[in-house]
Amino acid sequence: MSNTRVNPSAEELAARVERRGEFKNKERGQLPKIFWAEQEPGERVGNIREVPFAYTPMQARAEAVRCLSCKNEPCVSGCPVGVDVPAFLKLVADGDFRGAIRRIKETNLLPAICGRVCPQESQCQENCMVAKVHKDLGFAVSVGKIEAFLADWEREEGGVELPPVGAETGRRVAVIGAGPSGLACAGDLRRFGHEAVVFEAFHKAGGVLVYGIPEFRLPKDIVQAEVDNLERMGVRFEFDTIVGQTFTLDELFEEGFDAVYVATGAGLPYFVNIPGEDANGVYSANEYLTRANLMGAYRFPEEDTPVLRRDDVAVLGGGNVAMDAARTALRLGAKRVYLVYRRSREEMPARLEEVHHAEEEGVEFRMLSAPVEILTGSDGWVRALRVQRCELGEPDEKGRRRPMPIEGAYEELPVQIVIEAIGNGPNPLIPKTTRGLTTTRHGTLVVEEATMMTTRKGVFAGGDIVAGASTVILAMGHGRKAAGAIDAYLKAEAAGLPKPV
Amino acid sequence: MFPIILKETLGENVTLFEVEAPRVARRHRAGQFVMVRPHTASERIPLTIADVDKERGTITLVVQAVGKTTIEMTGEFEEGDEFSNVAGPLGNPTHIGVPGKPDDFRGVVACVAGGIGAAPMLPIARAFRDAGHEVVTVLGARRKDLIVFEDRLGSVSSELLVCTDDGSYGQKGFVTDVLRGLIERRRAAGGDVDVAIAIGPPLMMKFCSKTTEPYRVPTLVSLNTIMVDGTGMCGGCRVMVGGAARYVCVDGPEFDGHQVDFDGMMRRQAMYKPEEAASLARYREKNHTCRLEVPSAAAERTS
Ligand code: FES
Repeated sequence: MSNTRVNPSAEELAARVERRGEFKNKERGQLPKIFWAEQEPGERVGNIREVPFAYTPMQARAEAVRCLSCKNEPCVSGCPVGVDVPAFLKLVADGDFRGAIRRIKETNLLPAICGRVCPQESQCQENCMVAKVHKDLGFAVSVGKIEAFLADWEREEGGVELPPVGAETGRRVAVIGAGPSGLACAGDLRRFGHEAVVFEAFHKAGGVLVYGIPEFRLPKDIVQAEVDNLERMGVRFEFDTIVGQTFTLDELFEEGFDAVYVATGAGLPYFVNIPGEDANGVYSANEYLTRANLMGAYRFPEEDTPVLRRDDVAVLGGGNVAMDAARTALRLGAKRVYLVYRRSREEMPARLEEVHHAEEEGVEFRMLSAPVEILTGSDGWVRALRVQRCELGEPDEKGRRRPMPIEGAYEELPVQIVIEAIGNGPNPLIPKTTRGLTTTRHGTLVVEEATMMTTRKGVFAGGDIVAGASTVILAMGHGRKAAGAIDAYLKAEAAGLPKPV
Repeated sequence: MFPIILKETLGENVTLFEVEAPRVARRHRAGQFVMVRPHTASERIPLTIADVDKERGTITLVVQAVGKTTIEMTGEFEEGDEFSNVAGPLGNPTHIGVPGKPDDFRGVVACVAGGIGAAPMLPIARAFRDAGHEVVTVLGARRKDLIVFEDRLGSVSSELLVCTDDGSYGQKGFVTDVLRGLIERRRAAGGDVDVAIAIGPPLMMKFCSKTTEPYRVPTLVSLNTIMVDGTGMCGGCRVMVGGAARYVCVDGPEFDGHQVDFDGMMRRQAMYKPEEAASLARYREKNHTCRLEVPSAAAERTS
């Protein structure tokens, strides 16, 4: 057995697939992982196209053959929505792609998206037995890549199967926010036969999937295809509507909505709070990415929204958003991009694949470095970032070792742009303008865990407005859970029963 | 889509649009703004609402053609055309009252409008008038043909003082001179100016604030910074007020003029100057060739 990346020939792939029923577990666990092809780093920083290429059908099948169908299914318990991973992998190995995608969609409505943006290495792939055999997490069965392959296959094949829409109940539900949580909720509401109207502040549906996550990681036509599917299921979208401003939540009830799902996301960027943040050239990652992605500044001047392009850029943070910003900066022509993070590499919350891609593309990691000041020229533009070197101190309550600044150990990074990707707070607009909603001290909405109902009757909430900064899949899980609870709530109401609270 | 039901030229490069946006019209209160994305490749730009007609479900926007987006808007969008997106109303409504005084206090409000700042001033002046305050309006511009909304502002003011920098209309001088004169005059007569509101170019608001400071007249300014979303999610609109970063879109748009770092704000507003110039040059060039080929270029617009 070896952990080197091999590229089996077409014959080898076919042979493996052919023998798929015959492998003993020992042999199966040692089958080489099938790696997908990727755009070369040097080439891809010059475009915004997706980095990994999809599996070929034969590659996907051969990779799925590696699954050991473990009895205790650690992958299923690792998945926030409990996708039946071994079952769909078996179908893939057998070449029944249609059956496999159906299987996934029983629990996950947006596989093309999740296959690309889920942190698989800390979810389904984290406890994969195959990885244990190889003693390397990177050698787990590529659940995410196979999932994305299936969704793409279905879309390209045509005839994407929509979940059946339930008989119309005449009940109306307003969904606030067209991000992953709202979309998932709206889809399920239609399955139950309720009317679903999604109110979105921006001019496009997708939330963080369109304003935040860049094209090279999640192509926007994939998101649009999912949104189109929801529209075909009868979900209605109302853009340019900011609940709390365009109308209040109370008015939605007055207008005849029977329930509301609040999924407004984490839309309030944090700044580090160091001197110089007012300088020209300092961005929140939200702004930088929104300009580049949603507003199309990649294509400026074909599209009107500009974004600064400079040679040297510093990105603050260690999460996916920081990676996205750093890699976007490269694609916008930066020659040198620093990623400045207070802790060490092991603590970086970003997906492994993103860290790996960023590194391959030449992003310079400055670990254990705390930003202390943004230095500006007399013109008020950024000229450097001053960082202080840190060392790891005692573990904190969460067991994470705290970075301790080393006295006098300063360094100046000459940069013209600083992008802060240190996190977002929940959007305060709805709590601020709605009666009866209780918030936590972090500003997130308090909900009943089992139902996602807020402290106000008929108002449900999920995604980042409840969980703080979380993942796409968890937000979608909330949306689906809430849709189920809303259905139960409306049914109880219709039957004149006390509503389940 | 948001249909344009009326387009009117108010002055040199200044155009009024009445746009169908019933939801915005219904909720609008004085001082609020909308984010407009004229067509699908446009920027999102903040425009303060100059008037609403709740019955017709329309809002009035006054646009000065200064950059690519506004030149395109005023030049190519006609009655019957539509803006792709109009989102709002955004920002906090103006507090109709005198800072530091009880709510039932009725006083004298100086509404100081520079250039097209006259348009967003109208609903504010009207709201103060309707609440029983005395409204004195100072309306200024560089020259006569940049004076807009004179009659409308006049109709809600007890006194309307017009001035131009070059003396081509009204008194010759800056709004700051007129404002100072007003305060002095009112005080000499035993009265006062209880609050001033300044809306106009940043420099004008800066100097209005400087003018009122020694008189300790509370002064509100309505800021219009670069924005992307207008809902608090990007921080691009931030401005330093009293030493702290504030978001114009959700914390404003009105702030205490004596606390605002206008120089910093103007510096940030110039952040995309080269990009804006390039965009405009490219547009002009394209538009020029386009007009040579197609005589009715405006009719060819596809957005
Ligand atoms: S415009 Fe984005 S936060 Fe104000």
